[in-house]
Amino acid sequence: MADRYLSTDVAPSEGARLVDDFTPTLLDVGEHSLCPGCGEPIAMRAVLEAIEEIGATSRAIGVFGIGCYTAFSNNLDVEVLQALHGRAPSLATGVKRAKPDTLVITVQGDGDMVNEGLQEVLHTAARGERVTCFMLDNGVFGETGGHMTATTALGQRTKNTLDGRDAEQHGFPIRVSALIAELDGAAYVARGAVNNAGNVARTKKMIRKALEVQEAGLGFSFVEILTMCPTGWFVDTTEAPDYLTSTLAPVHAPGVLKDVTA
Amino acid sequence: MSAVTAELREGSEAIADAMVAAGCRFFSGYPMTPFTEVLEHMAAKLPGVGGTCMNAESELEAVGMAWGAAATGTPSATGSTGQGLSLMQESLAELCLARIPLVVLNMARAQGDYWQATRGPGHGDARMPVLAPMDVPEAAELVALAFHLAATWRSPILLFGDYYLAHTSSSVAAEARELGPVPVDDWSLNGSTSGSGRARLLSPLGTTKRNERGGYDLAQHYSNCAAQTDEMLAGIGPMMESAFTDDADVVVVAFGTPAKYVRAAVARLRAEGARVGFARPITLLPFPSAAVAAAVEGARAVAVYENNTGQMVDDVRLAIEGRVPVQFIGRLSLDGSGFGIAPDLDSGYLRERIQGVLDG
Amino acid sequence: MSDTIRTRGTVVIDVEMCKGCDLCIDACPPRVLEMTVHEVNSRGYRYPQLVPGCTGCQACAWICPDFCFQVYKYDTPLELPA
Repeated sequence: MADRYLSTDVAPSEGARLVDDFTPTLLDVGEHSLCPGCGEPIAMRAVLEAIEEIGATSRAIGVFGIGCYTAFSNNLDVEVLQALHGRAPSLATGVKRAKPDTLVITVQGDGDMVNEGLQEVLHTAARGERVTCFMLDNGVFGETGGHMTATTALGQRTKNTLDGRDAEQHGFPIRVSALIAELDGAAYVARGAVNNAGNVARTKKMIRKALEVQEAGLGFSFVEILTMCPTGWFVDTTEAPDYLTSTLAPVHAPGVLKDVTA
Repeated sequence: MSAVTAELREGSEAIADAMVAAGCRFFSGYPMTPFTEVLEHMAAKLPGVGGTCMNAESELEAVGMAWGAAATGTPSATGSTGQGLSLMQESLAELCLARIPLVVLNMARAQGDYWQATRGPGHGDARMPVLAPMDVPEAAELVALAFHLAATWRSPILLFGDYYLAHTSSSVAAEARELGPVPVDDWSLNGSTSGSGRARLLSPLGTTKRNERGGYDLAQHYSNCAAQTDEMLAGIGPMMESAFTDDADVVVVAFGTPAKYVRAAVARLRAEGARVGFARPITLLPFPSAAVAAAVEGARAVAVYENNTGQMVDDVRLAIEGRVPVQFIGRLSLDGSGFGIAPDLDSGYLRERIQGVLDG
Repeated sequence: MSDTIRTRGTVVIDVEMCKGCDLCIDACPPRVLEMTVHEVNSRGYRYPQLVPGCTGCQACAWICPDFCFQVYKYDTPLELPA
């Protein structure tokens, strides 16, 4: 019955306060062409809110890799330096070494960071560069159509592993967070996910912590954020959160892998 | 008249000193002969002036780190030898599209990188200006010019050096060269415009933000970059040195360190009465086409000497447009190490090669 | 058993931004969002509607990839007909 539904097209005129606006302050335009149910905008929101919450807005510089998320590179009220595929960590290194008082983050996908740019992120972490790298991990190269990356799980169906990733033919996934956590220069390494509100809240805490570690000059910080890609996973938008839990999370388990402040 | 202080410096160190004097405060590189000593000197000198020198994990990251530092408005440089420059080509081409100033050194092995330098920077239609010194004092001057051009045009600029420049010691003026003002920096990133509603963007994909006219339009951006490239190439005066060309029958063209030997051979032949002239492009891009064409007017032959299998000779032919026949009198000349020591750089040998053209 | 539901908050939904992904439906802890069945927005997507019981927890705003939600908390919780 139509009467059941409450009006949701105007704000309450009195007796209520706004607790969350449509877009985070540091996002210019909310509309984008990413797929329905994509986890990347969810992750971007969490990152942008965290930058603001720690009071680093007017010192923040974002270095972007290349992937679906690149759509945000010219859509932020944050200074952005656009890098090439895989190369954001070296650019971030140069920015932070030249301007040590800035807050420098990278936004990269799994294909960008673990395929093309594995050397870059490992060396940047090993050197303990005071930057924070964010990896949006959906286990596929989303922008080019949904192909296997180094993080794709065994058995995961992608455009070029239509029968599921097979170790014999396609090898094994790389757990880049675990590799980074082994490096002495890494001060904070964590994995989050955005497939439900609870996970978004936990991931937001990890993001804030990573940024605080950078601000404290403790070393390299890293948060891997598992995101949904219903298009790349050949699933419905409503099935993608569970698919993340059943397929990606067992390989890349959410949690804090390293925290030098703990 | 004020005295100029001159100091004896090995080329790698003279180039490093010139970079620091020009304001370079960030350098990144990966060891490779004959570039390695420049990296060593920058590592030694930059911390003392508040700069940073990074040992990158490969040439890809060397150009990447320099890209990041340069994006903050910090005068920055990187370099390698030809093979390392090959690795950097994607980044150099995209740096041109992002319009970020950067000085890049190719301490080359011989002269086989002419095409790489001038048909670069990599993929696409960008052009990267190229300066080719013939000796250490000129290299020091052209380093200063390179930083000035990079800042003026917001572009990567290539300095084409080599093994001889790296390892020859020469007397170099110690004072910094003053080249005049550069445009105000209204583009670099330091975080301060974040949150202002107009946060800056530096991207090879374009300059328009989503909330201005809908965002990236690569067709428009590439078109804008092409127009900016044209402006830059018109604004950089092509440079060429020439001698004895007014009445020359034969004009010899050469660039870089071999050109100094060629010039000496031409001078000796001229002293013996031969009607031979000399032209030396200093900017390989923009190539001094008009100057080359003017220098060879009235000559019956043009001879191009270079240590490769014939690369600059193409640009000489294009400049002359068929009016005078052009022949290639160079060849590969390397010692066993392949690092760029050319046995041919001997005045007797070069005289014979030029004499062959004079004898027609 | 009460005929009313304590409602601590409410949302404004920009239905034109919605791409019909349904993530908000499962994300909402009190399950007060329901997708339309027949109605669609101008791009052809079904969109969420609100029934009483919202707690103003912001889960919908956090989980929505298309920034469709504004969340409000009432100064005093309302008692709305169930």
